[in-house]
Amino acid sequence: MPPYKTGLLKRKISENTNKTEDNSSNSSCDDHNLITGDLDKEEDSSDSDNEDGVVPSDTELDGVVFDSGDSLLSDDAANESLEESSDVSDSEEDEASDGSNEESDSDKSESNTEGTNANTAKSKLKPDNEDSGAESGSGSALRPPRSPRSSRHNTNKKPFKKKEFKQTKTVADKNANSSVDALEQKIKEVQVNIQPVQEKDEYESGDTSDEEGRVNTAGEVPRWWYAEYDHVGYDADGRRIARPPHADRIDDFLRKCEAPDFWRTVRDPSTGQEIILSKKDLELISRIREGRVPNAEHDEYQPWVEWFSGEVLQTPLRAFPEHKRSFLPSRDEQRHVARLVHALRMGWAKTRRQLADERRRNKELKFYDLWGSGAQEEQPRALQRHIPAPRRPPPSHAESYNPPPEYLLDDKEMKEWNSLEETPWRRKYTFLPTQHSCLRAVPAYPRFLRERFLRCLDLYLAPRAIKMRLTIRPEELVPQLPAPRDLQPFPTDEVLQFRGHTGLVRSADFDPAGQYVVSGGDDATVRIWEAGTGRCLRTIELGEPVRLVEWTPACPVTQRAVRVYDLVKQELVRKLLAGAQWLSALALHPAGDNLLLASYDRKCIWFDLELSSRPYQTLRLHAGAVRSVAFHRRYPLFASAGDDRHVVVCHGSVYNDLLQNPLLVPLKQLRAPPPRDQLSVLQVRWHPAQPWLLAACADGTLRLYA
Amino acid sequence: MVSKKKKKYSSGEGAQFMTRKAALKKLQLSLKDFRRICILKGIYPREPRNRKRAQKGAGGIKTLYHTKDIKFLLHEPIIWKLRDLKVFQQKIRKARATRQFGQMRKYLRDYPSINIDHIVKERYPTFVDALRDLDDCLTLCFLFSTFPSIKKVPRDQSLLCRRLSVEFMHAVIAAKALRKVFISIKGYYYQAEFEGQTITWIVPHHFSFQPQSKDEVDFKIMSTFVEFYTMMLGFVNFKLFHSLNLVYPPQLTAGFTPETDKDLVDEHAYVAERIAALNISVAKIAGSNEVEELPEIDIFQTEDGDPQKLEEAKLEVEKVKNLKTMFKGLKFFLNREVPREPLVFIIRCFGGEVSWDKDHFVGATFDESDESIAYQIVDRPSMDKQYLSRYYVQPQWVFDSVNARTLLPINKYLMGAVLPPHLSPFVDKIKDQVYMPPEERALKDPNFKPLDDEPSGSDIEEASDEDAEEKEEDSSEEDDEKALTRQYQQEVAEDSTSEDEDVKDDLDPEKKKLAKEKKKAMAVSTGVTHKENPYQKEIEDKQAFRLREKLVRKKHRNLYKSMKAGQEQRKKEIWLLRKKRRLHDEKVKEEKKAEKRKQKMQALEATS
Repeated sequence: MPPYKTGLLKRKISENTNKTEDNSSNSSCDDHNLITGDLDKEEDSSDSDNEDGVVPSDTELDGVVFDSGDSLLSDDAANESLEESSDVSDSEEDEASDGSNEESDSDKSESNTEGTNANTAKSKLKPDNEDSGAESGSGSALRPPRSPRSSRHNTNKKPFKKKEFKQTKTVADKNANSSVDALEQKIKEVQVNIQPVQEKDEYESGDTSDEEGRVNTAGEVPRWWYAEYDHVGYDADGRRIARPPHADRIDDFLRKCEAPDFWRTVRDPSTGQEIILSKKDLELISRIREGRVPNAEHDEYQPWVEWFSGEVLQTPLRAFPEHKRSFLPSRDEQRHVARLVHALRMGWAKTRRQLADERRRNKELKFYDLWGSGAQEEQPRALQRHIPAPRRPPPSHAESYNPPPEYLLDDKEMKEWNSLEETPWRRKYTFLPTQHSCLRAVPAYPRFLRERFLRCLDLYLAPRAIKMRLTIRPEELVPQLPAPRDLQPFPTDEVLQFRGHTGLVRSADFDPAGQYVVSGGDDATVRIWEAGTGRCLRTIELGEPVRLVEWTPACPVTQRAVRVYDLVKQELVRKLLAGAQWLSALALHPAGDNLLLASYDRKCIWFDLELSSRPYQTLRLHAGAVRSVAFHRRYPLFASAGDDRHVVVCHGSVYNDLLQNPLLVPLKQLRAPPPRDQLSVLQVRWHPAQPWLLAACADGTLRLYA
Repeated sequence: MVSKKKKKYSSGEGAQFMTRKAALKKLQLSLKDFRRICILKGIYPREPRNRKRAQKGAGGIKTLYHTKDIKFLLHEPIIWKLRDLKVFQQKIRKARATRQFGQMRKYLRDYPSINIDHIVKERYPTFVDALRDLDDCLTLCFLFSTFPSIKKVPRDQSLLCRRLSVEFMHAVIAAKALRKVFISIKGYYYQAEFEGQTITWIVPHHFSFQPQSKDEVDFKIMSTFVEFYTMMLGFVNFKLFHSLNLVYPPQLTAGFTPETDKDLVDEHAYVAERIAALNISVAKIAGSNEVEELPEIDIFQTEDGDPQKLEEAKLEVEKVKNLKTMFKGLKFFLNREVPREPLVFIIRCFGGEVSWDKDHFVGATFDESDESIAYQIVDRPSMDKQYLSRYYVQPQWVFDSVNARTLLPINKYLMGAVLPPHLSPFVDKIKDQVYMPPEERALKDPNFKPLDDEPSGSDIEEASDEDAEEKEEDSSEEDDEKALTRQYQQEVAEDSTSEDEDVKDDLDPEKKKLAKEKKKAMAVSTGVTHKENPYQKEIEDKQAFRLREKLVRKKHRNLYKSMKAGQEQRKKEIWLLRKKRRLHDEKVKEEKKAEKRKQKMQALEATS
């Protein structure tokens, strides 16, 4: 056993000792293990046998050793190994304990002795080994020749484990330190104990073909493995080959001078012995160096003898007759062939060509009538709510190779086209319309592939959704209202201008009879006019500009909301939220339940008080702020005016039927004077009886529409 | 007991949709395989109504699939095939890595192919469904049929496409199903009609294949599409051939089998054979009759049937019937510079016979010297040797004739002539607000006179009308009122002057004098009858409409505005096209005049 391995073992043993300590603490458990171990031992021994059989070389053996080492680490495995040992070397352990003293001696002697002494040591140890009992001896003899080494491992391990175990059983009451010491001693003993087993001679029977030279059996191992030791290997008998004494240069020199055969002395690196080459050897070496055949007797150019030729000889070359099977067809083959032929005939087997044909045929696409002839039942499996991909739009005239000239881009469009190079999706066309004079001049379209690819991407990657397309025309969104023509009378044109005011006309109003008009404005005058003619009847000079002139009092208006009060009960009935920012004017429908608000943010808001406190309809008829609204007292008309250039007349009929909502129809936009200081019309008033409309304008006129 | 709280997105839109990542996880497929199966099965992402909810609250935009679609995929047997393929590919890789090339070759030989027949049936339960979705299929197959061998495309795919496309063209020829053709700068557009379904496809011009950069075009994806489309087209072809009583597969030439493929290196040889194949008629099933002409269609007067519409339908049927036999009995000869494939296809579709120079290409049926040739298609300015017995026309004549459904007069299409514009037959004529070039108008309406003949044609007038309208739109209502009244006044004035003129014409000068005297003598002048402004009503209506427009509900206001804007834009586009055309025509006319003058001057100089 190589020393490095013993080193390894030592390590493992030390690990093991710790475990055994543990074991000692619970010995009863160990007992149990022992019992089970006895039951299992057969298996284990067979395992070890297997190991031996399989192991072909030293290196692999290492692996095995490591494995067993690993298994030692775990408790169960340790137990198993213990059990393993139990069967083989029951007797051995006794011997080991007996011979421990002797071995320790021999160990010492070995360390000192050289190669020659080794023999004596061996002779000493041999009888021991032979004594060790028939069991182990016979066991090793049965094994194949390479096995002894591995068997040695086993035996190596087994005894000491056994002993440990025994010790744990017997000396359980000893304290830990003493047990460890004892263990160490035991281990040493065991190591010594190894030797006799190692140096057992297999070839004792006398079969020693290479007795003349000692051969190192260490094998193909690196030399440095033995660098630390006194020996360099083992001979065929398993004895150590001692390292030859180191000769220094002076020795070499002296020998060179003295020995006549020094020049043909060679040192065998494996054994360290010096060999004197014979004359024959030298000849051989020189032949090899010259590149000739080493054997001098060998004739390279001897004549060729054709022993085995096509010629039939008179007498057979070989002494024995031909075998029967050499001239009889094989029955087995015949059967085989027959089977093949039958299979081919029946079509079970196919020739290689047939197979290739078939493969080709299978690869060809076969088309058939997939949809059948007529109506079949609907397939249940289909995509749910399938949305077919939209088709590409058909080509327009612009895509033609020879388009009408109007489709070609002119200079201005071309400039735009070029400027949109970075953002091609904004261009008018996806392609540049070009004109080719003849068909043969038309080139391939460079983006064709790309376009098809994009289409493919669209087909499988673009999310699809059903989008309702509006088929209505925009005009249909406009509410259908009765034509203004049917809702006459209403003022359609300007008929009179009341000139006279020099500043803005802030306010104007008809008298209840509708005969006169009163107006007041920024020129600090109030004027009374005749409504029918536009003649100023009277001018009343006031000191300050007039804000409002009216024949009747005004309604209360806040800026955001309209509060409706019950004046009898004196409580707030309702607050109307207009949804407008600044209210400017308010008009009550003569019937009372409807209300019209004007706001500076261009809205007229119709409230149906019976409906809700929210607007019934918001009219955005003006482009500027609405300054005034007015209901006609008799006709279903109302008018609004503001800062834009229009006075809008609307039809607003209220029905007595509660279910019918008021009908609002814008009727006419009457032209107001152009705005002055962004003001156009400040107030509108209806004639009490006639559909006449009076507008107080910013240019200092009053205008009457009829 | 506390009821279990419902998890968010476990029902409703959140449960209906699935991101692509989730789908991949569910199907246990790689993205590559998923893409493939999506293409084959026709699964596409859906646009959710509420994206936020459909993405289970996740931000960004994710590709969302219907959960049901993914579950539908889950039952697909092909998924297992794809997984098997993966194993097979691993085997091949391993064999290659371990340098077991024999094994590798065996694996490659036995590479399993995926059968997708059932998918075709599943996606298109009826034949008509398949026909309806044939546009992309045909375009891609025709494109792939021109491909050389590329890295990402299986070697036999382009060959298969070539075979199938030629077969389809044969079916179109046999059924005389072609309706419209168009030469675009992108390629040739064809429209055929089978079972009432119109199928439109594009065939690219020559040399359509150009190497593409990797991020521009991914041939692998296109190839997967083609894989499905070839199957589909094969089945459609089979069905078409059978319904036409033709033998399928047709024995066209030996040129389409992959065995001889290796010998044919020359691209031109391929093209030539393909066209040659078009020129032979396919075998009919023995014992079958000619495809009988459709019987006269009886048109029933339905209750809601508009008699005018019925009349139109009748006319259409008649036209189509004419179209089918348009080239019947006519012999065409193609010069070698003419692109043969489209022309052979079109002429054969309408019953003509075609041939070409047999020295250049295979498959010629008659020689150029054949006296019975009616038309020779040429695309060059002049020819040395010309036969008097035939017309030499440019290829556009064939296309325009097909679209016009009659043989057009050839005078504009003669050899070397400057061709009239080639118009698209696909422009939707029903839609309003579509610009119609004068040529198209002339085609539709024989009474229409194009601008060239009469400078003060209706077109210009219209244009001016449009201009006027534009102005009206721009200016406020007041202006258009004024303009209208002005127009009206002018008209009135014109009327009066014309009356005067009439009087002048009628009366002798003496009588005129007498009349004048009378006028002077009599103080009472004839009263002018009050003529109501005919535009008055229009103006009023317009004003009323404008007011009503303001009452559009708030909900619809934006829609209304955008619709109006669209209308305006289309109007403007039409106006622009008209204007451009007018300018162009004027320019051409000027040039013509200048040339004429020049010629005159030259002639004068020559005489003097």
